[in-house]
Amino acid sequence: MKSLLKIISFIALAVTLVPSFLVFKGIITPELSKTLMFIGTIVWFVSASFWMNASDENEEAEN
Amino acid sequence: MSSTQNLKQRLEAVNEYERTPIPKNKLKGWKSFIGTYAGEHTAGTEFVLGPLFVAHGASAGDLVSGLIVGNILAVLSWAFLTGKVAVKTRTTLYYQLEKIAGNRFTLVYNLVNAALFCFLAGSMIAVSATAVGIPFNLPMPSLTDVYPNSVGWVVTVFGIGAITTVVAMFGFNVISKFANIAAPWMIMIFIAAAVGVLPRLGINSFSDFWPVAETTIWNGVPLEGQSKFTFWHIMFFAWFCNMGMHIGMADMSLLRYAKKWTYGFSSATGMFLGHFIAWMASGILYSLFLIESKGSLVFAPGPIAYEAAGIAGAVCVVIAGWTTANPTLYRAGLAIQSINPKWKTWKVTLFVGLVTTIAACFPALVMQLLEFVALYGLILMPLGAVIFLDVFVLRKMGLASNYAELTHSHFNPAVGITWVISLIFCLGLNIYGGIEIFFLGLPGWFVAVIVYLIASKVIQKKSLIKTATYTELNY
Repeated sequence: MKSLLKIISFIALAVTLVPSFLVFKGIITPELSKTLMFIGTIVWFVSASFWMNASDENEEAEN
Repeated sequence: MSSTQNLKQRLEAVNEYERTPIPKNKLKGWKSFIGTYAGEHTAGTEFVLGPLFVAHGASAGDLVSGLIVGNILAVLSWAFLTGKVAVKTRTTLYYQLEKIAGNRFTLVYNLVNAALFCFLAGSMIAVSATAVGIPFNLPMPSLTDVYPNSVGWVVTVFGIGAITTVVAMFGFNVISKFANIAAPWMIMIFIAAAVGVLPRLGINSFSDFWPVAETTIWNGVPLEGQSKFTFWHIMFFAWFCNMGMHIGMADMSLLRYAKKWTYGFSSATGMFLGHFIAWMASGILYSLFLIESKGSLVFAPGPIAYEAAGIAGAVCVVIAGWTTANPTLYRAGLAIQSINPKWKTWKVTLFVGLVTTIAACFPALVMQLLEFVALYGLILMPLGAVIFLDVFVLRKMGLASNYAELTHSHFNPAVGITWVISLIFCLGLNIYGGIEIFFLGLPGWFVAVIVYLIASKVIQKKSLIKTATYTELNY
């Protein structure tokens, strides 16, 4: 489950970043890029909150 | 148990070890510091500081080389100065200073420090408000505004201030967790916003970038009324814009949790993601704004980011401001709490948050941010020199560390003399030597070192030095 969430999170980060390069290359419009960045933002915050801090707590527990 | 009681118990349980060394089992790993530094320095200020270099006519070559050298010097300062002291003492700056300088001196210092932190946090809340106000067509403050320009602005600032304060009330862990999550996303937004507007600047391939950067984005020509920035301006700006935190030792509050002093190098994430990539990205956005608005002097980070990256850009401005305001508010709370350790952390933070939010209502705070950041670092710098010498040098010279604690004194004159003479020296250099404020930190630090060593030698009583005993922490 955690691995799946991590994959989703990294895809979300990619969806936040990559569209701007597609705009740069003239493949998509700036409007579509902004929409994709917003979707990536929502998915990142929802998915990352489940595993990022859990990783820290595990690390502290190991100390 | 009622939810109110539960909340109060949780708040009371927040223990930040203000007056005791951090116990070994509470030390944090690399990830915590990497996330905190990346989040803290990829922040609301970046939307202001990046455009500064464009406005001051920095050339592309000077900008890149100045930022690389200045950021490396800042990281080295965090590791070799702050990291070493924080790991050796495991205490906050405020408690360490009290042991060295006495509680009457730290009372004054802490009040000054807390006020500076409140203003910094307040300016970041105001930057966030420029983005939150977009959907409400909130009238944005202009460069000449001093007082709030609408009821809507005040309401927006108070909303953001309330959220920031509540999160800070729950302590370092909550702040660290949020910064961890937000940091990778924020840097993606900064990069994406800048890359997405490159075609509008005439950049259609990677080989176009440098020629356009040199001739259009950072063309070396300052805006009307702005001074010209050289390599030296940029290098010292990058090094000293966080002088209060590294050379001034304010980040002992964070790095005392580090397992090793080398964790100070984790500040590199903040420097090279925030103070390199984000500054360049926001400079690109501002340059485009200047071109498309035909040289308008209006400046509002929220709308500029929204225009470039849509809703995600506006959200980035809000969160970037928030992740700076949060730890700054936390530090201000620690500064105030050291005046009376019996005060609860959460109650102090609530009070500090209220003061900060009121200050954030005044746009002048944001408009004078550059001058403020320079002054903030300079004021804290001499005490950083004092702490470093006290921890590492004094005993090697046959003098006593923690002299106020040793003598049960409320005031160590050596520290007071050092602070006053160093700042008078810097003021003199500025007024009579015409040296700009960002260059004053380096000569000022050496003056502080010399004055503190001489003053300590003169003031300390030899009989007390011989009886001094010290407890060393070995973790």
